[in-house]
Amino acid sequence: MFLSPENILETIKMIQEEHLDIRTVTMGISLLDCVGSNIDETCNNVYEKICEKAGNLVPVCQEIETMLGIPIINKRISITPASLIIGRADVDGCVKLARTLEKAAEATGVNFIGGFSALVHKGYTDADRTLIKSIPEALMATSRVCCSVNVGTTKSGINMDAVKEMGFIIKEAAELSALTGGSSCARIVVFANAPEDNPFMAGAFHGVGEPECVINVGVSGPGVVKCALEQVKGQDFSVVAETIKKTAFKVTRMGQLVAREASERLGVPFGIVDLSLAPTPAVGDSVARILEEMGLEQCGAHGTTAALALLNDAVKKGGVMASSHVGGLSGAFIPVSEDEGMIDAVVSGSLTLEKLEAMTCVCSVGLDMIVVPGDTPASTISAMIADEAAIGMINNKTTAVRVIPAPGLDVGDTVEFGGLLGSGPVMAVNKNSSHDFIERGGRIPAPIHSLRN
Amino acid sequence: MDKAVLTVVGKDKVGIIAAVSNALAEKNVNILDLSQTIMENIFTMIVLVDVASATEPFHKLAEEMKLLGDSMQLKIQLQHESIFDSMHQI
Repeated sequence: MFLSPENILETIKMIQEEHLDIRTVTMGISLLDCVGSNIDETCNNVYEKICEKAGNLVPVCQEIETMLGIPIINKRISITPASLIIGRADVDGCVKLARTLEKAAEATGVNFIGGFSALVHKGYTDADRTLIKSIPEALMATSRVCCSVNVGTTKSGINMDAVKEMGFIIKEAAELSALTGGSSCARIVVFANAPEDNPFMAGAFHGVGEPECVINVGVSGPGVVKCALEQVKGQDFSVVAETIKKTAFKVTRMGQLVAREASERLGVPFGIVDLSLAPTPAVGDSVARILEEMGLEQCGAHGTTAALALLNDAVKKGGVMASSHVGGLSGAFIPVSEDEGMIDAVVSGSLTLEKLEAMTCVCSVGLDMIVVPGDTPASTISAMIADEAAIGMINNKTTAVRVIPAPGLDVGDTVEFGGLLGSGPVMAVNKNSSHDFIERGGRIPAPIHSLRN
Repeated sequence: MDKAVLTVVGKDKVGIIAAVSNALAEKNVNILDLSQTIMENIFTMIVLVDVASATEPFHKLAEEMKLLGDSMQLKIQLQHESIFDSMHQI
């Protein structure tokens, strides 16, 4: 027969039983040509352009889902960092733009629109300053708009003024959304070395080096990797790495196929496939459980960082040959509230903030979807951001912080976000003050290895 | 030619192949290849079909085959061949 029945049944089993899916098809749209002489004109242009470019995104993705029989969980849009298009708008003008983005997201049927962003790794423009100030209010006024702020890069060092400010912004956003446990903060990401073509939320934006419009795809498949590892119990790490590579290859091929189909049908160039293993709160779709399958009693035990390093590297090696262009974040995600195994490990006390920080040295993203006590000072949150940004800066990699200081809650409580965002147990933070450290401000200089020319 | 793969999984009973092939013939879908086994009492059939001259668009065809499966307590799924090709062939 054309293909062996075993192969066909394997694919179907991956989709039906092991949660293989396409996590997101994200259309990146440049809004640089939407700048008007005032914010109202800009908003009109933005709305028109997004609806024109992405009007067919959702129906086309649905066609592909039916044709291939693989679910595409999210359809999303990323835009040019908003601070570049707001001109001289004030805070109210920025909120107006956020509302426009929300309206465009609703009209096109996407569940998130990312790029309410500012890139301030070396310093602020006036527009950056206004946009960042507007973030808490903009998030309250919307439910699908995602914000990100890049505060450091390997090339330029860390903007500690921005790090300090983001601590306050996150606290303010949490307090404004106190009724829902500070849920606005789930849509704020603070980056170092932010990629310009990332399809995953909340950190997606369409960088200035990108084309007019582009299709980027993020795959998923922690469940598939875990099931594959169940077949090689007790065997050595060469076998483990090989098994993960083979599985990642297959998973990524799905992403490449969907990206190609979507790009052809929409008449938009294909950008990249992001090789990230993205978990969901569903049982059987967890990155933590993969680490445990390698032989750890629970995620967070000594050995967790090594297990994650192996996983992250093998996923890339397997995936890179399966796609013509790889980009975005491309690494395993470890968002606590979105991963059933991570939640379990936090609740049982096995996984701590310190261990998570160590894990972020060897995988993508960083301290992601972590709920901390509501009384955590802004300076402590800033200091967490500084630590992660330093890891990213020194190791030439992307790191990010997405923490939720849940108002009125403390260790032992849990916040329900619902849907893909899951539920987060409140984690303990180090109680010693970082206030004087954060108050210094200024810039942490770029590391010596940034000087490569 | 526009190839798709139909998979039929469920408890074995009289008339599965007849019902499936009849339904396909009605929609002018040509069967190119067929493989069928009983694995641990579970009937498993994989049919390679050509949907290029089908009388209905792909999504409708897929939906109707799924409904046929539901009516016979079988899981029937129609998927474009490209998903299997891209996953299993370099």
